[in-house]
Amino acid sequence: MENTNFKIEVNNLNLFYGKKQALTNINIDIREKSATALIGPSGCGKSTFLRSINRMNDLIDGVRTEGTIRINGSNIFDPDTDVVDLRKKVGMIFQKSNPFPKSIFDNIAFGPRMNGVKDKKVLAELVERTLHQAALWDEVKDDLQKSGLSLSGGQQQRLCIARALAVDPEILLMDEPASALDPLSTAKIEELIFELKKNYTIVIVTHNMQQAARVSDHTAFFYIGELIEYDETKKIFTNPSKKQTEDYITGRFG
Amino acid sequence: MVTSQLNNENIAMTKNTSKKAARSKRPGELFIELGIKSVAFLSFAVIILIFVFVFRETLPIFFPDKQAPAKQEVLQSETYGGDEKTSENDKEIQNRIDASQKMETSGQNGQITLENLASKQWQPVSANPQYGLWPLFFGSLKVTLISVLIASPLAILAALFSAVFAPKKIKEIIKPAIELLASFPSVVIGFFALMTIASVSQSVFGTQFRLNAFVGGVALAIAVIPIIYTVTEDAINSVPREYMEGSLALGATKWQSGLFVILPSVTPGIFAALLLGFGRAFGETMIVLMATGNAALSSINIFEPVRTLSATIGAEMAEVVFGEKHYTVLFLIGALLFIFTFALNAIAEFWVRNKLMKRFRGEG
Amino acid sequence: MKKKLTGWLVISFSALSVLLILSALVYMVADIAWQGKGALTWEFLTSAPKDGMTGGGIFPAIVGTVLLVVIMSLAGVPVGTITAIYLSEYSKRNSIFTKMIRFAVNTLAGVPSIVFGLFGLGFFVQFIGSGMDKVAGGGGALKWGQPNILWASLTMALLTIPVVIVSVEEALRSVPDDLRAGGLALGATKWQTIRKIVLPNAVSGIMTGTILAISRGAGEVAPILFTGVAYFLPKLPTSLSDQFMNIGYHIYIMATQSPDVEATKGIQYASVLVLLAVTFGMNIIAIIIRYKLRKKLNT
Repeated sequence: MENTNFKIEVNNLNLFYGKKQALTNINIDIREKSATALIGPSGCGKSTFLRSINRMNDLIDGVRTEGTIRINGSNIFDPDTDVVDLRKKVGMIFQKSNPFPKSIFDNIAFGPRMNGVKDKKVLAELVERTLHQAALWDEVKDDLQKSGLSLSGGQQQRLCIARALAVDPEILLMDEPASALDPLSTAKIEELIFELKKNYTIVIVTHNMQQAARVSDHTAFFYIGELIEYDETKKIFTNPSKKQTEDYITGRFG
Repeated sequence: MVTSQLNNENIAMTKNTSKKAARSKRPGELFIELGIKSVAFLSFAVIILIFVFVFRETLPIFFPDKQAPAKQEVLQSETYGGDEKTSENDKEIQNRIDASQKMETSGQNGQITLENLASKQWQPVSANPQYGLWPLFFGSLKVTLISVLIASPLAILAALFSAVFAPKKIKEIIKPAIELLASFPSVVIGFFALMTIASVSQSVFGTQFRLNAFVGGVALAIAVIPIIYTVTEDAINSVPREYMEGSLALGATKWQSGLFVILPSVTPGIFAALLLGFGRAFGETMIVLMATGNAALSSINIFEPVRTLSATIGAEMAEVVFGEKHYTVLFLIGALLFIFTFALNAIAEFWVRNKLMKRFRGEG
Repeated sequence: MKKKLTGWLVISFSALSVLLILSALVYMVADIAWQGKGALTWEFLTSAPKDGMTGGGIFPAIVGTVLLVVIMSLAGVPVGTITAIYLSEYSKRNSIFTKMIRFAVNTLAGVPSIVFGLFGLGFFVQFIGSGMDKVAGGGGALKWGQPNILWASLTMALLTIPVVIVSVEEALRSVPDDLRAGGLALGATKWQTIRKIVLPNAVSGIMTGTILAISRGAGEVAPILFTGVAYFLPKLPTSLSDQFMNIGYHIYIMATQSPDVEATKGIQYASVLVLLAVTFGMNIIAIIIRYKLRKKLNT
């Protein structure tokens, strides 16, 4: 049963780095509680688009955005949007995992603590729950005081996922989360996404088309800053409508 | 086949010619490299020489022989830029010094023993010379602590502001401005302290002594802020961007990220900054010579004058005869200063930097 | 809401710290300039002190300071530059020798200036100077075994070597490796590459280092206290074995031992203004050069 509740509605999004236009007229509606993959060759705007959704592009000098992105109906570019609040609702997993130089526990507890949660019991429960959700609990439960940086690459990434989940987001943005990981860790992450998409809206940028095919319900193909095609994953990969999409899928370029 | 054989010959030929060329140029290059290395070695040699020659002059303490009798002179405390209170203060200080001298025993008539050095009296120029280093050490410690206590919060917060909160344009003004502050000769800061800070301090706090440990501490703080600022700012800038990004992406504010992620991750660096600042303040001479009143008192009251180790050398070395006891003790003070700052620097360099690196690799 | 208040407090306190520090800087400069400008005349700069320091100018102190700084640079800049060349071009990252040198330079930078003064006294004056006198004979006449401008300048040079090294090394490292590779690929030797290709690009760093060293040398007083400076000399130094006057030392003595504070106040402030103008000015120039260099590299 397909749900047609749109969590994220993007209208006429244009983004400029100074004079250079990085995104042209993006129109896309992303469904809630599902996984949407963004594919396309390097440098064609997928990550830039992803970072627009939680306004991380604000951190870059000289970036100008036009158009609207509505989450739960309200435009995130509205002047009275609380960006800090937005980023709690929209979590992000980076390409290179970036746990803080703190213990595993403190990494995950960081978000809730910043929001005023002080109760040790509550924090401990939160840490345990999210570690379970991130399929990391069994591997670290014996020593949560170990530094987050002492974990392996795949574990660090799952730690970051747990950390993001701890602030109770509705949306999870993942920027090539497994590109730096070995196949085994990658498989673990993909399993995770399968589970998580039941409760969260996931948007994942990936270079790995097989991954997109495995994990996502819908796929969007980006090329040189434009959205070329957006449809159900099955359709994109078996019977794409645009020739460009087909060329990319079949490996004629990119 | 033929081509490859020809190619091999070509390669062999070029190898031979370049080897020949290299060999003929080599002695010249080697010579130059050796020369450069020797000049670089000079820095190391100088450190060794400083060790040797400063300690050399302290040897008479450990291998004593007959010394000339000490001069007869009474030590006055100095209050510059004075006012009416001056002569009364001088008398009071002199009384206090004399009173505590009566209470002390001087060991064997001016011989310098370890006991003697640890006494609480510094009166090298008197009928009964005292070489107690304690009041001098206490003075250095007092002024240094005051200056570091004042300078650290200011410098660390300023570094936090500059590295995390400030927009780029403002950041580009702050850093050079603090560099300019660092370029102030200490004699100028001392002058300013003597003329202005002392007067302000006296009118605000109503102190009896115009020049005292507090005034010296404030002036020293001005000299020490740039060091603490620079080392802290460097440490903050060395934190990988990903931490800031990760923190912001979790919905933390900029100040929360700065205070709870970035700052905690550089605590070793901040510690190093404090150590280096402490070392700089401890060894500073001109500022304390001009601003602290130069009386060898040891009391907790920060509004009383003090005499620091470095100021003692600076003030008394010129009056001293080569080879006599006083001269030797002054060199001893210098040697102690050298070791102290050397140790502080070494700790800041090695142990702290190591800890910082370990932390970012996940072992700390 | 409590969170917003805390955040606001954190940011404002840090901003306030910056403001406090900067205003101290500005106030000091302004105060000295204001109180010193009155006595700062051409005559002041070009005449000797008279009437027991209550009149006249600081010309001999200026001359002494200039001479000090010149000799110091002649000794210190080449040593610092060559050491920087070693560290940047020849040193291997993990060799013990390199670590020794780096440690030595860092230590040198942290030695208190008064200890340099003691070293100058114990080494240059007592050891080398006395040694020179003994060798030259002359029946025990003390010529070199006394504090003089040579020993004071060499002492100061030691103090400023780390300053030079830092600036020059920064400039050398900023030269891209491609340039070096290009030189070597053309068959130039390492030294030729350094001399003809790398060094010319690092000239601004050498300039900056020299300027900063001069600024330091002009302002430091502790190292020269007993290695050669004097408060009043009847004539200017004519040989390396003469003593010399110095602006910083002059300020120190005048401020702390002047019998008539009111009469000398103007002169004191004017002298401080001169010293400040020199050191400040040189540092600003160095900062500008460094800023331009960084800009050039980032384009």
